[in-house]
Amino acid sequence: MNPVNNTSSDQIFSAIQEEAAKRRKANEEAPGCKIHIGMATCGIASGALETKAAFEDALSQRGIEARIHTVGCIGHCYAEPYVIIDHPESGFPPIFYPDVTAGKAKMLTKLFLEEGDPRLEHILGATEENEMIPSVMEFPRFNLEKRVVMEKCGRIDPEDIYEYIAEGGYTALVNCLRRTPAEIIEEIQNSGLRGRGGAGFSTGRKWELARQTQQKDKFVICNADEGDPGAYMDRTLLESNPHQIIEGMIICAYATGARQALVYVRAEYPLAVKIVHTAIEQAKSLGLLGKGILGTAFDLEIEIFEGSGAFVCGEETALIRSIEGYRGMPRHRPPYPVEKGLWEKPTIINNVKTLASVPPIIENGAAWYREIGTENSPGTAIFSVVGNVTHPGLVEIPMGVSLRTLIFDICGGIPNKKAFKAVQIGGPSGGCLPEKFLDTPIDFDSLTAAGAMMGSGGMVVMDEDNCLVDVSRYFLDFTQKESCGKCTFCRIGSYHLLDTLERLTKGEGRETDLDQLQQLSEDIKNGSLCGLGKTAPNPVLTSLRYFKEDYIAHAEEKRCPGLTCRALIAFYIDLDKCARGCDACVGVCPTEAIFTTSNRKKGVDQSLCVKCGECVVACPPEYDAVEKVSPPGLAPIIERPPEPLAKKIVS
Amino acid sequence: MIADLSADEEKILNDVKIRLAKYGKERGQLIPILQMIQDKLAYLPHITMEMVAQHLDIPPSEVFGVATFYNQFRFNPPGRNPVKVCLGTACHVRGGDIILENFERKLEIKEGETTSDKEFSIERVACVGCCALAPVTLIGETVHGNMAPSKVEGLVMRVQIEKEMKEREKQKNESGQ
Ligand SMILES: Cc1cc2nc3c(=O)[nH]c(=O)nc-3n(C[C@H](O)[C@H](O)[C@H](O)COP(=O)(O)O)c2cc1C
Ligand code: FES
Repeated sequence: MNPVNNTSSDQIFSAIQEEAAKRRKANEEAPGCKIHIGMATCGIASGALETKAAFEDALSQRGIEARIHTVGCIGHCYAEPYVIIDHPESGFPPIFYPDVTAGKAKMLTKLFLEEGDPRLEHILGATEENEMIPSVMEFPRFNLEKRVVMEKCGRIDPEDIYEYIAEGGYTALVNCLRRTPAEIIEEIQNSGLRGRGGAGFSTGRKWELARQTQQKDKFVICNADEGDPGAYMDRTLLESNPHQIIEGMIICAYATGARQALVYVRAEYPLAVKIVHTAIEQAKSLGLLGKGILGTAFDLEIEIFEGSGAFVCGEETALIRSIEGYRGMPRHRPPYPVEKGLWEKPTIINNVKTLASVPPIIENGAAWYREIGTENSPGTAIFSVVGNVTHPGLVEIPMGVSLRTLIFDICGGIPNKKAFKAVQIGGPSGGCLPEKFLDTPIDFDSLTAAGAMMGSGGMVVMDEDNCLVDVSRYFLDFTQKESCGKCTFCRIGSYHLLDTLERLTKGEGRETDLDQLQQLSEDIKNGSLCGLGKTAPNPVLTSLRYFKEDYIAHAEEKRCPGLTCRALIAFYIDLDKCARGCDACVGVCPTEAIFTTSNRKKGVDQSLCVKCGECVVACPPEYDAVEKVSPPGLAPIIERPPEPLAKKIVS
Repeated sequence: MIADLSADEEKILNDVKIRLAKYGKERGQLIPILQMIQDKLAYLPHITMEMVAQHLDIPPSEVFGVATFYNQFRFNPPGRNPVKVCLGTACHVRGGDIILENFERKLEIKEGETTSDKEFSIERVACVGCCALAPVTLIGETVHGNMAPSKVEGLVMRVQIEKEMKEREKQKNESGQ
């Protein structure tokens, strides 16, 4: 399609922009203070709804005028529920408060909003540079990040399209409508953008292939299936700034000649579904979607398809099958979806983050994007860093930053003075890397070379108390259940792999197990059609390579060095440390495995103990009497004293 | 088969039938239809899948095959308070499976089952997106973060107490009338 005469589309959009600016100004100039509350799923899970209600109550009780502004997630999950209070009259800059419970909300309303005392002991920092209090930008968790995709997340209300537009949203689309599709694709190609869905295929090339096909009726699909059981950045983006993704989809459709688009989002993400739905309706009502977009001859409809929760449906051909109403089984490629996709029509499938990267690239130009990140992996990467780190959450960093910087500087390192053991990157398809890889730069090629992969962007940090055999077993348990069953190696091979790993974690390992794991893993890799089978053995292969001693300890000594595999550990109470008459552990034991010894100390009945570790937590730190050992034989045997006769008769 | 249905069940089926009629007959409607039924009934009774097969003019085995492929669909009714224990990666690393076991022990059912009084059911889910609060459990729609085995009993009790309170309230209201 050729660019249409666009003076009219510019005019239409200017009117929308004016309206957005007007609304923003009205909000800014409204009297009273502003309270921004993060309301994505993570915020709500941490109690943001209660916090909001508490603010509303306290405000109306005290008759204070303030605007509560619900925003998305800013990625600082450790601080949820967080609020930013902008109280200009107090003379303070906007302040970021972490962990604002309902009680704290009431306290802040009284002391800060009413009396002007910001209670500095509760703050994280100011969100602007100022002379009075330190700014959050002084923390590495803030200043080492580079926000391109998540730039507006947590700053705007995801359910109000005008807020996105007031922040410069949809200008990239207007800009594109002035250009030819070929020019747009050239820009994307020059930016070097690579798909963020895992494989890192060049987005510009994919679009160009789609543009060139002669067939009509093309589809754009936004892949928001996010099946990795430990990652949630796609969901956060959908919940915090849906319009950036929609804008990316519209640009993609315009450039490739598609007239229909779908967002394939997991049904397990009800809030994301709702927010995207609202966003589509709003875009339509402003003429940014639907028939004759902004007065041009370009039409596009976006629909939502709710995926039903199968990991393999994240794979593009399986995803297509499931939209068509079948079991989501991958098929052989080629033909690639850009030739034959949904309903046999050319289909461009891109990940959420890929599409959300498009508007900033168009706005700032390919050269700007190339400045960020590395030569072969330009741009930023978003990780959900979780597990044993001090500041977990979503982090957007330029490609090329080292794992060490990400884990130790940005996310605050390992809590509780434990040592770093491994980092698992890329979810079920990725791998576990040991300490010596901490200086690896994060980009597509370096991670693949190290044996892990960018994958979904899930990152789980593990301290010394984790067992790599157990982690492998966990991922295999997942992939084995999710294997669609089409390829024999994936279906049966993963079953045997899991079986072997389970035996190892139960202390029933055999001498031949390690070789068998290695061989079988390689066979599954070679004998599987789709990425699921090809990558399922990665967790096993990398941990076998870098943490072989863990496997040997399990197989030969029936010992779990990470003290994790429950069949291989035991808890006992050190009688020298246990305090006479203290009952702290007895109350928490879910199976009544703890008994009182003849000298009124405590012992653990190994036959009843389920090894939940509650007694360790309950034991007062000044005694610290509960010990955990592996193999279980190391625990001294303490006999339960015979029960008094009277009690026996009663029971 | 239909003859054995209670009046209530028949009403529900009629409702499904009316809704079905609003959907097209293309194969692509299958999953949205199944989602709609589960949304209404909280699970997919066998008979509704036969109705769907008839509607789309495909063998019931096809419908069943698709429904069982996806994790979202369930084939027995959940309890009034579905317990969903997160076993995503972060929760696993922080002992989610111990939480699951504790619920199983406390409620005396296994994962995927429902208590005989239909009050509780247990499911495992993968990452509910609050990994920073791991381990996480949902009861109904309420998220409980930083779970510990010793919190299990309290949570179950809380649900039971709330229910008793509601019942007492109801009785009071009724006797008051
Ligand atoms: C087992 C498997 C699971 C996948 N899951 C996802 C997913 O959850 N989200 C996603 O965007 N891509 C996923 N992919 C990759 C897609 O097949 C596809 O490459 C991607 O959506 C293309 O988008 P991109 O070019 O923007 O990366 C998965 C691939 C495989 C093999
Ligand atoms: S793994 Fe449980 S919430 Fe993410």
